[in-house]
Amino acid sequence: MTEQETPLWEVFIRPRNGLAHRHVGSVHAADEVLALDAARDVYTRRGEGNSIWVVRSDAIAASDPDHADETFDPTADKIYRHPTFYEIPEDVGHM
Amino acid sequence: MYSQGLIGADGRTEESEAFLDAFQKRIDAEEKIEPKDAMPEGYRRTLIRQIGQHAHSEIVGMLPEGNWITRAPSLKRKAALLAKVQDEGGHGLYLYAAAETLGVSREQMTEELLSGKAKYSSIFNYPTLNWADMGAIGWLVDGAAIMNQIPLCRCSFGPYARAMIRVCKEESFHQRQGYEIMLTLCRGTAEQKQMAQDALDRLWWPALMMFGPHDADSAHSEQSMKWKIKRFSNDQLRQKFIDATVPQAEYLGLTVPDPDLRWDDSLNGGKGGYAHGDIDWDEFWRVVKGDGVMNRDRIKARKKAWDDGAWVREAALKHAEKRAMRKTQEAAE
Ligand SMILES: [Fe+2]
Ligand SMILES: [Fe+2]
Repeated sequence: MTEQETPLWEVFIRPRNGLAHRHVGSVHAADEVLALDAARDVYTRRGEGNSIWVVRSDAIAASDPDHADETFDPTADKIYRHPTFYEIPEDVGHM
Repeated sequence: MYSQGLIGADGRTEESEAFLDAFQKRIDAEEKIEPKDAMPEGYRRTLIRQIGQHAHSEIVGMLPEGNWITRAPSLKRKAALLAKVQDEGGHGLYLYAAAETLGVSREQMTEELLSGKAKYSSIFNYPTLNWADMGAIGWLVDGAAIMNQIPLCRCSFGPYARAMIRVCKEESFHQRQGYEIMLTLCRGTAEQKQMAQDALDRLWWPALMMFGPHDADSAHSEQSMKWKIKRFSNDQLRQKFIDATVPQAEYLGLTVPDPDLRWDDSLNGGKGGYAHGDIDWDEFWRVVKGDGVMNRDRIKARKKAWDDGAWVREAALKHAEKRAMRKTQEAAE
Protein backbone atom coordinates (compact mmCIF):
# COMPACT_ATOMS: atom_id res chain seq x y z
CA MET A 1 0.00 0.00 0.00
CA THR A 2 1.66 3.23 -1.14
CA GLU A 3 -0.91 5.40 0.60
CA GLN A 4 0.35 7.76 3.33
CA GLU A 5 -0.47 6.52 6.85
CA THR A 6 -2.95 8.54 8.89
CA PRO A 7 -1.43 9.52 12.28
CA LEU A 8 -2.42 7.79 15.52
CA TRP A 9 -3.78 9.77 18.50
CA GLU A 10 -4.21 8.64 22.10
CA VAL A 11 -7.60 9.56 23.57
CA PHE A 12 -8.22 10.70 27.17
CA ILE A 13 -11.68 11.29 28.57
CA ARG A 14 -12.88 12.97 31.77
CA PRO A 15 -16.04 11.16 32.90
CA ARG A 16 -17.27 14.19 34.84
CA ASN A 17 -15.96 17.30 36.56
CA GLY A 18 -13.94 16.46 39.62
CA LEU A 19 -12.24 13.46 37.98
CA ALA A 20 -9.02 13.34 35.96
CA HIS A 21 -8.88 12.60 32.24
CA ARG A 22 -8.26 8.90 31.73
CA HIS A 23 -6.75 7.04 28.80
CA VAL A 24 -9.43 5.09 26.87
CA GLY A 25 -7.80 4.06 23.58
CA SER A 26 -6.69 5.59 20.31
CA VAL A 27 -7.96 6.80 16.94
CA HIS A 28 -6.47 7.57 13.55
CA ALA A 29 -6.98 11.09 12.18
CA ALA A 30 -5.22 13.56 9.92
CA ASP A 31 -5.22 16.38 12.49
CA GLU A 32 -6.38 17.29 16.00
CA VAL A 33 -9.77 18.60 14.82
CA LEU A 34 -10.66 15.32 13.13
CA ALA A 35 -9.10 13.34 16.00
CA LEU A 36 -11.47 15.03 18.47
CA ASP A 37 -14.45 14.27 16.21
CA ALA A 38 -13.41 10.64 15.83
CA ALA A 39 -12.77 10.29 19.58
CA ARG A 40 -16.25 11.62 20.33
CA ASP A 41 -17.87 9.18 17.88
CA VAL A 42 -15.85 6.16 18.99
CA TYR A 43 -15.52 6.63 22.75
CA THR A 44 -18.52 8.68 23.96
CA ARG A 45 -21.70 7.20 22.52
CA ARG A 46 -23.30 6.74 25.94
CA GLY A 47 -22.41 9.75 28.06
CA GLU A 48 -18.94 8.47 28.98
CA GLY A 49 -17.57 11.94 29.51
CA ASN A 50 -17.72 15.73 29.27
CA SER A 51 -14.21 16.48 28.07
CA ILE A 52 -11.80 14.87 25.59
CA TRP A 53 -8.03 15.25 25.14
CA VAL A 54 -6.21 13.87 22.13
CA VAL A 55 -2.42 13.62 21.93
CA ARG A 56 -0.30 12.43 19.00
CA SER A 57 0.89 8.95 20.03
CA ASP A 58 4.40 9.68 18.79
CA ALA A 59 4.56 12.71 21.12
CA ILE A 60 4.33 10.55 24.25
CA ALA A 61 7.57 9.67 26.03
CA ALA A 62 7.31 6.58 28.22
CA SER A 63 9.50 4.91 30.83
CA ASP A 64 11.06 1.61 29.81
CA PRO A 65 9.29 -1.41 31.34
CA ASP A 66 12.57 -3.36 31.12
CA HIS A 67 14.05 -0.88 33.61
CA ALA A 68 10.98 -0.78 35.84
CA ASP A 69 12.91 -2.37 38.72
CA GLU A 70 15.62 0.31 38.84
CA THR A 71 13.15 3.09 38.11
CA PHE A 72 10.66 2.31 40.84
CA ASP A 73 12.71 0.30 43.33
CA PRO A 74 13.93 3.22 45.53
CA THR A 75 10.35 3.95 46.60
CA ALA A 76 10.12 0.62 48.42
CA ASP A 77 13.17 0.96 50.71
CA LYS A 78 12.46 4.46 51.99
CA ILE A 79 10.04 3.41 54.65
CA TYR A 80 10.61 6.72 56.52
CA ARG A 81 8.41 8.27 53.81
CA HIS A 82 5.39 6.64 55.39
CA PRO A 83 3.56 7.92 58.50
CA THR A 84 3.65 4.52 60.23
CA PHE A 85 7.47 4.81 60.47
CA TYR A 86 7.14 7.35 63.32
CA GLU A 87 6.13 6.42 66.84
CA ILE A 88 3.81 8.83 68.60
CA PRO A 89 2.47 7.90 72.10
CA GLU A 90 -1.22 7.02 72.13
CA ASP A 91 -1.85 9.76 74.69
CA VAL A 92 -1.17 12.36 72.03
CA GLY A 93 -4.32 11.25 70.25
CA HIS A 94 -4.98 11.01 66.54
CA MET A 95 -2.34 12.54 64.31
CA MET B 1 -18.42 -8.41 18.69
CA TYR B 2 -17.91 -11.31 17.12
CA SER B 3 -14.78 -13.20 17.89
CA GLN B 4 -14.76 -16.84 17.11
CA GLY B 5 -12.56 -19.66 18.23
CA LEU B 6 -9.35 -18.57 16.62
CA ILE B 7 -8.84 -20.01 13.15
CA GLY B 8 -5.34 -21.29 12.39
CA ALA B 9 -3.52 -19.71 15.31
CA ASP B 10 0.18 -20.34 15.63
CA GLY B 11 1.53 -20.09 19.15
CA ARG B 12 5.07 -21.41 18.52
CA THR B 13 7.89 -19.62 20.29
CA GLU B 14 11.66 -19.88 20.15
CA GLU B 15 12.66 -18.08 23.35
CA SER B 16 14.80 -19.61 26.09
CA GLU B 17 13.18 -21.83 28.68
CA ALA B 18 14.04 -19.39 31.49
CA PHE B 19 12.34 -16.51 29.66
CA LEU B 20 9.21 -18.54 28.93
CA ASP B 21 9.03 -19.79 32.54
CA ALA B 22 9.32 -16.27 33.91
CA PHE B 23 6.58 -15.12 31.55
CA GLN B 24 4.34 -18.04 32.51
CA LYS B 25 4.85 -17.18 36.20
CA ARG B 26 3.51 -13.68 35.57
CA ILE B 27 0.51 -15.15 33.75
CA ASP B 28 -0.15 -17.68 36.51
CA ALA B 29 -0.04 -14.87 39.08
CA GLU B 30 -2.83 -13.17 37.07
CA GLU B 31 -0.56 -10.24 36.22
CA LYS B 32 -1.71 -8.31 33.15
CA ILE B 33 0.73 -8.03 30.25
CA GLU B 34 1.02 -4.52 28.81
CA PRO B 35 2.15 -3.65 25.26
CA LYS B 36 5.78 -2.68 25.97
CA ASP B 37 6.42 -5.65 28.30
CA ALA B 38 8.70 -8.45 27.18
CA MET B 39 6.55 -11.28 25.79
CA PRO B 40 7.09 -14.44 23.76
CA GLU B 41 6.79 -13.85 20.02
CA GLY B 42 4.13 -16.57 19.90
CA TYR B 43 2.03 -14.69 22.45
CA ARG B 44 2.34 -11.50 20.42
CA ARG B 45 1.55 -13.27 17.13
CA THR B 46 -1.44 -15.11 18.57
CA LEU B 47 -2.89 -11.90 19.97
CA ILE B 48 -2.33 -9.85 16.81
CA ARG B 49 -4.11 -12.56 14.88
CA GLN B 50 -6.97 -13.02 17.34
CA ILE B 51 -7.61 -9.32 17.99
CA GLY B 52 -7.31 -8.63 14.26
CA GLN B 53 -9.84 -11.36 13.39
CA HIS B 54 -12.10 -10.04 16.10
CA ALA B 55 -11.85 -6.45 14.80
CA HIS B 56 -12.49 -7.55 11.20
CA SER B 57 -15.54 -9.49 12.38
CA GLU B 58 -17.02 -6.38 13.99
CA ILE B 59 -16.47 -4.37 10.83
CA VAL B 60 -17.74 -6.99 8.36
CA GLY B 61 -20.56 -7.67 10.85
CA MET B 62 -21.96 -4.22 10.09
CA LEU B 63 -22.88 -5.34 6.56
CA PRO B 64 -25.63 -7.96 7.09
CA GLU B 65 -27.50 -5.63 9.44
CA GLY B 66 -26.71 -2.45 7.53
CA ASN B 67 -28.58 -4.20 4.73
CA TRP B 68 -31.87 -3.72 6.66
CA ILE B 69 -31.54 -0.20 8.09
CA THR B 70 -33.50 1.48 5.28
CA ARG B 71 -36.19 -1.21 5.43
CA ALA B 72 -36.74 -1.38 9.20
CA PRO B 73 -40.49 -1.58 9.89
CA SER B 74 -40.71 1.43 12.21
CA LEU B 75 -38.73 4.49 13.25
CA LYS B 76 -38.02 2.89 16.63
CA ARG B 77 -36.55 -0.22 15.02
CA LYS B 78 -34.58 1.86 12.54
CA ALA B 79 -33.04 4.03 15.27
CA ALA B 80 -32.13 0.95 17.33
CA LEU B 81 -30.60 -0.89 14.37
CA LEU B 82 -28.64 2.18 13.33
CA ALA B 83 -27.28 2.55 16.88
CA LYS B 84 -26.38 -1.14 16.98
CA VAL B 85 -24.52 -1.05 13.68
CA GLN B 86 -22.70 2.08 14.82
CA ASP B 87 -21.69 0.25 18.02
CA GLU B 88 -20.24 -2.60 15.94
CA GLY B 89 -18.15 -0.08 14.04
CA GLY B 90 -16.97 1.26 17.40
CA HIS B 91 -16.11 -2.27 18.58
CA GLY B 92 -14.00 -2.77 15.49
CA LEU B 93 -12.12 0.45 16.19
CA TYR B 94 -11.50 -0.32 19.90
CA LEU B 95 -10.07 -3.65 18.80
CA TYR B 96 -7.90 -2.31 15.99
CA ALA B 97 -6.48 0.15 18.55
CA ALA B 98 -5.73 -2.74 20.94
CA ALA B 99 -3.99 -4.74 18.18
CA GLU B 100 -1.95 -1.71 17.14
CA THR B 101 -0.33 -1.57 20.60
CA LEU B 102 1.38 -4.85 19.61
CA GLY B 103 3.18 -3.25 16.68
CA VAL B 104 0.91 -4.03 13.73
CA SER B 105 -0.35 -1.03 11.72
CA ARG B 106 -3.96 -0.28 10.87
CA GLU B 107 -3.06 -0.13 7.19
CA GLN B 108 -1.50 -3.59 7.41
CA MET B 109 -4.61 -5.06 9.05
CA THR B 110 -6.91 -3.38 6.53
CA GLU B 111 -4.83 -4.74 3.69
CA GLU B 112 -4.99 -8.25 5.11
CA LEU B 113 -8.77 -8.07 5.33
CA LEU B 114 -9.21 -6.70 1.82
CA SER B 115 -6.79 -9.19 0.27
CA GLY B 116 -8.63 -12.07 1.91
CA LYS B 117 -5.57 -13.08 3.94
CA ALA B 118 -7.17 -12.29 7.30
CA LYS B 119 -10.19 -14.23 8.51
CA TYR B 120 -13.35 -12.98 10.18
CA SER B 121 -16.27 -14.76 11.80
CA SER B 122 -17.94 -17.18 9.40
CA ILE B 123 -21.43 -16.12 10.55
CA PHE B 124 -21.28 -12.94 8.45
CA ASN B 125 -20.98 -14.88 5.24
CA TYR B 126 -24.64 -15.87 5.52
CA PRO B 127 -27.25 -13.62 3.89
CA THR B 128 -29.93 -11.69 5.81
CA LEU B 129 -33.07 -12.55 3.89
CA ASN B 130 -35.95 -11.16 5.93
CA TRP B 131 -36.58 -8.69 8.75
CA ALA B 132 -36.74 -11.51 11.30
CA ASP B 133 -33.04 -12.09 10.64
CA MET B 134 -32.37 -8.81 12.47
CA GLY B 135 -34.07 -10.34 15.49
CA ALA B 136 -32.27 -13.67 15.20
CA ILE B 137 -28.88 -11.99 14.73
CA GLY B 138 -29.25 -9.81 17.81
CA TRP B 139 -30.53 -12.71 19.88
CA LEU B 140 -28.25 -15.54 18.64
CA VAL B 141 -25.20 -13.93 17.07
CA ASP B 142 -24.74 -11.19 19.64
CA GLY B 143 -25.74 -13.75 22.28
CA ALA B 144 -22.97 -16.10 21.16
CA ALA B 145 -20.61 -13.13 20.97
CA ILE B 146 -21.36 -12.22 24.59
CA MET B 147 -20.60 -15.80 25.72
CA ASN B 148 -17.25 -15.53 23.96
CA GLN B 149 -16.43 -12.04 25.10
CA ILE B 150 -17.23 -12.09 28.80
CA PRO B 151 -14.24 -14.33 29.61
CA LEU B 152 -12.10 -12.16 27.31
CA CYS B 153 -12.61 -9.28 29.77
CA ARG B 154 -10.14 -11.24 31.94
CA CYS B 155 -7.68 -11.90 29.11
CA SER B 156 -4.04 -11.63 30.21
CA PHE B 157 -3.29 -8.90 27.66
CA GLY B 158 -4.32 -5.56 29.19
CA PRO B 159 -5.46 -3.57 26.13
CA TYR B 160 -7.59 -6.48 24.82
CA ALA B 161 -9.21 -7.01 28.23
CA ARG B 162 -9.99 -3.30 28.57
CA ALA B 163 -11.49 -3.12 25.07
CA MET B 164 -13.63 -6.15 25.89
CA ILE B 165 -15.03 -4.58 29.05
CA ARG B 166 -16.21 -1.64 26.98
CA VAL B 167 -17.63 -3.93 24.29
CA CYS B 168 -19.47 -6.18 26.76
CA LYS B 169 -21.22 -3.17 28.31
CA GLU B 170 -22.65 -2.34 24.89
CA GLU B 171 -23.54 -5.86 23.74
CA SER B 172 -26.37 -6.45 26.14
CA PHE B 173 -28.54 -3.87 24.35
CA HIS B 174 -27.80 -5.68 21.09
CA GLN B 175 -29.04 -9.01 22.33
CA ARG B 176 -32.10 -7.58 24.05
CA GLN B 177 -33.24 -5.56 21.02
CA GLY B 178 -32.89 -8.72 18.90
CA TYR B 179 -34.88 -10.87 21.30
CA GLU B 180 -37.56 -8.18 21.48
CA ILE B 181 -37.89 -8.26 17.69
CA MET B 182 -38.32 -12.07 17.86
CA LEU B 183 -40.87 -11.72 20.66
CA THR B 184 -42.89 -9.17 18.71
CA LEU B 185 -42.93 -11.41 15.62
CA CYS B 186 -43.89 -14.47 17.67
CA ARG B 187 -46.81 -12.61 19.22
CA GLY B 188 -47.95 -11.38 15.79
CA THR B 189 -49.73 -13.17 12.96
CA ALA B 190 -49.01 -16.79 12.05
CA GLU B 191 -47.06 -15.52 9.07
CA GLN B 192 -44.89 -13.28 11.26
CA LYS B 193 -44.20 -16.15 13.63
CA GLN B 194 -43.22 -18.25 10.65
CA MET B 195 -40.70 -15.55 9.66
CA ALA B 196 -39.14 -15.82 13.12
CA GLN B 197 -39.00 -19.64 12.88
CA ASP B 198 -37.42 -19.40 9.44
CA ALA B 199 -34.72 -17.05 10.73
CA LEU B 200 -33.98 -19.41 13.65
CA ASP B 201 -33.86 -22.38 11.27
CA ARG B 202 -31.25 -20.71 9.09
CA LEU B 203 -29.11 -19.07 11.80
CA TRP B 204 -29.06 -21.68 14.61
CA TRP B 205 -26.30 -23.90 13.23
CA PRO B 206 -24.12 -21.05 11.95
CA ALA B 207 -24.42 -19.47 15.42
CA LEU B 208 -23.13 -22.70 17.04
CA MET B 209 -20.22 -22.69 14.59
CA MET B 210 -19.21 -19.23 15.83
CA PHE B 211 -17.47 -20.91 18.78
CA GLY B 212 -15.03 -22.57 16.40
CA PRO B 213 -14.02 -26.21 15.84
CA HIS B 214 -14.40 -28.94 18.49
CA ASP B 215 -11.69 -28.85 21.17
CA ALA B 216 -10.14 -32.02 19.75
CA ASP B 217 -9.66 -30.28 16.37
CA SER B 218 -8.58 -26.94 17.77
CA ALA B 219 -4.81 -27.38 17.72
CA HIS B 220 -3.62 -24.15 19.32
CA SER B 221 -6.36 -23.75 21.91
CA GLU B 222 -4.31 -25.33 24.67
CA GLN B 223 -1.47 -22.79 24.46
CA SER B 224 -3.98 -19.92 24.40
CA MET B 225 -5.57 -21.28 27.58
CA LYS B 226 -2.16 -21.63 29.24
CA TRP B 227 -1.37 -18.00 28.42
CA LYS B 228 -4.85 -17.03 29.68
CA ILE B 229 -5.75 -15.41 26.38
CA LYS B 230 -8.70 -17.81 26.43
CA ARG B 231 -10.37 -18.93 29.65
CA PHE B 232 -12.79 -21.55 28.31
CA SER B 233 -12.54 -23.99 25.43
CA ASN B 234 -14.68 -23.72 22.28
CA ASP B 235 -16.89 -26.63 23.33
CA GLN B 236 -17.36 -25.29 26.86
CA LEU B 237 -18.54 -21.93 25.53
CA ARG B 238 -20.78 -23.56 22.93
CA GLN B 239 -22.42 -25.65 25.66
CA LYS B 240 -23.01 -22.59 27.83
CA PHE B 241 -24.64 -20.84 24.87
CA ILE B 242 -26.94 -23.76 24.07
CA ASP B 243 -27.99 -24.16 27.70
CA ALA B 244 -28.83 -20.46 27.93
CA THR B 245 -30.58 -20.19 24.57
CA VAL B 246 -32.83 -23.26 24.35
CA PRO B 247 -35.18 -22.05 27.13
CA GLN B 248 -35.35 -18.63 25.42
CA ALA B 249 -36.47 -20.34 22.19
CA GLU B 250 -39.09 -22.27 24.16
CA TYR B 251 -40.40 -19.02 25.62
CA LEU B 252 -40.83 -17.68 22.09
CA GLY B 253 -42.69 -20.86 21.14
CA LEU B 254 -40.13 -21.63 18.45
CA THR B 255 -38.50 -24.97 17.63
CA VAL B 256 -34.72 -25.28 17.66
CA PRO B 257 -33.88 -26.99 14.34
CA ASP B 258 -32.02 -29.94 15.88
CA PRO B 259 -33.93 -33.24 16.14
CA ASP B 260 -31.21 -34.64 18.43
CA LEU B 261 -31.46 -31.85 20.98
CA ARG B 262 -32.39 -33.28 24.40
CA TRP B 263 -31.79 -32.68 28.09
CA ASP B 264 -28.96 -34.80 29.46
CA ASP B 265 -28.49 -35.05 33.25
CA SER B 266 -24.88 -36.16 32.88
CA LEU B 267 -23.65 -32.98 31.15
CA ASN B 268 -21.88 -30.07 32.85
CA GLY B 269 -20.37 -32.31 35.50
CA GLY B 270 -23.71 -33.77 36.56
CA LYS B 271 -25.59 -30.46 36.64
CA GLY B 272 -27.29 -31.33 33.37
CA GLY B 273 -27.43 -29.56 30.03
CA TYR B 274 -28.64 -29.89 26.46
CA ALA B 275 -27.00 -32.51 24.27
CA HIS B 276 -27.02 -31.46 20.64
CA GLY B 277 -26.75 -33.11 17.22
CA ASP B 278 -23.69 -33.13 14.97
CA ILE B 279 -22.43 -29.86 13.58
CA ASP B 280 -21.72 -29.81 9.84
CA TRP B 281 -18.00 -28.98 9.97
CA ASP B 282 -17.63 -29.37 6.22
CA GLU B 283 -19.93 -26.40 5.84
CA PHE B 284 -17.97 -24.47 8.49
CA TRP B 285 -14.65 -24.95 6.70
CA ARG B 286 -16.21 -24.23 3.33
CA VAL B 287 -17.46 -20.88 4.61
CA VAL B 288 -14.23 -20.06 6.48
CA LYS B 289 -12.20 -20.79 3.36
CA GLY B 290 -14.23 -18.38 1.27
CA ASP B 291 -17.09 -20.35 -0.23
CA GLY B 292 -20.01 -19.11 1.82
CA VAL B 293 -22.93 -17.44 0.05
CA MET B 294 -21.75 -13.94 0.91
CA ASN B 295 -17.91 -14.12 1.21
CA ARG B 296 -17.22 -12.37 -2.09
CA ASP B 297 -19.92 -9.76 -1.51
CA ARG B 298 -18.62 -8.84 1.93
CA ILE B 299 -15.06 -8.26 0.78
CA LYS B 300 -16.28 -6.43 -2.31
CA ALA B 301 -18.31 -4.09 -0.09
CA ARG B 302 -15.33 -3.44 2.21
CA LYS B 303 -13.06 -2.80 -0.79
CA LYS B 304 -15.53 -0.37 -2.25
CA ALA B 305 -15.83 1.51 1.06
CA TRP B 306 -12.03 1.69 1.32
CA ASP B 307 -11.53 2.82 -2.28
CA ASP B 308 -14.40 5.32 -2.18
CA GLY B 309 -12.91 6.82 0.98
CA ALA B 310 -9.43 7.25 -0.49
CA TRP B 311 -9.99 10.84 -1.62
CA VAL B 312 -11.33 11.76 1.83
CA ARG B 313 -8.22 10.41 3.58
CA GLU B 314 -6.00 12.14 1.06
CA ALA B 315 -7.82 15.47 1.34
CA ALA B 316 -7.76 15.35 5.16
CA LEU B 317 -4.00 14.77 5.19
CA LYS B 318 -3.40 17.55 2.66
CA HIS B 319 -5.58 19.91 4.68
CA ALA B 320 -3.69 19.05 7.88
CA GLU B 321 -0.40 19.69 6.07
CA LYS B 322 -1.62 23.08 4.85
CA ARG B 323 -2.78 24.09 8.33
CA ALA B 324 0.52 23.07 9.87
CA MET B 325 2.40 25.09 7.24
CA ARG B 326 0.26 28.15 7.84
CA LYS B 327 0.94 27.87 11.57
CA THR B 328 4.72 27.85 11.09
CA GLN B 329 4.46 30.79 8.71
CA GLU B 330 2.43 32.80 11.21
CA ALA B 331 4.91 31.96 13.95
CA ALA B 332 7.77 33.19 11.74
CA GLU B 333 6.10 36.53 10.99
FE1 LIG C 1 -19.82 -6.03 18.63
FE1 LIG D 1 -23.10 -6.61 18.95
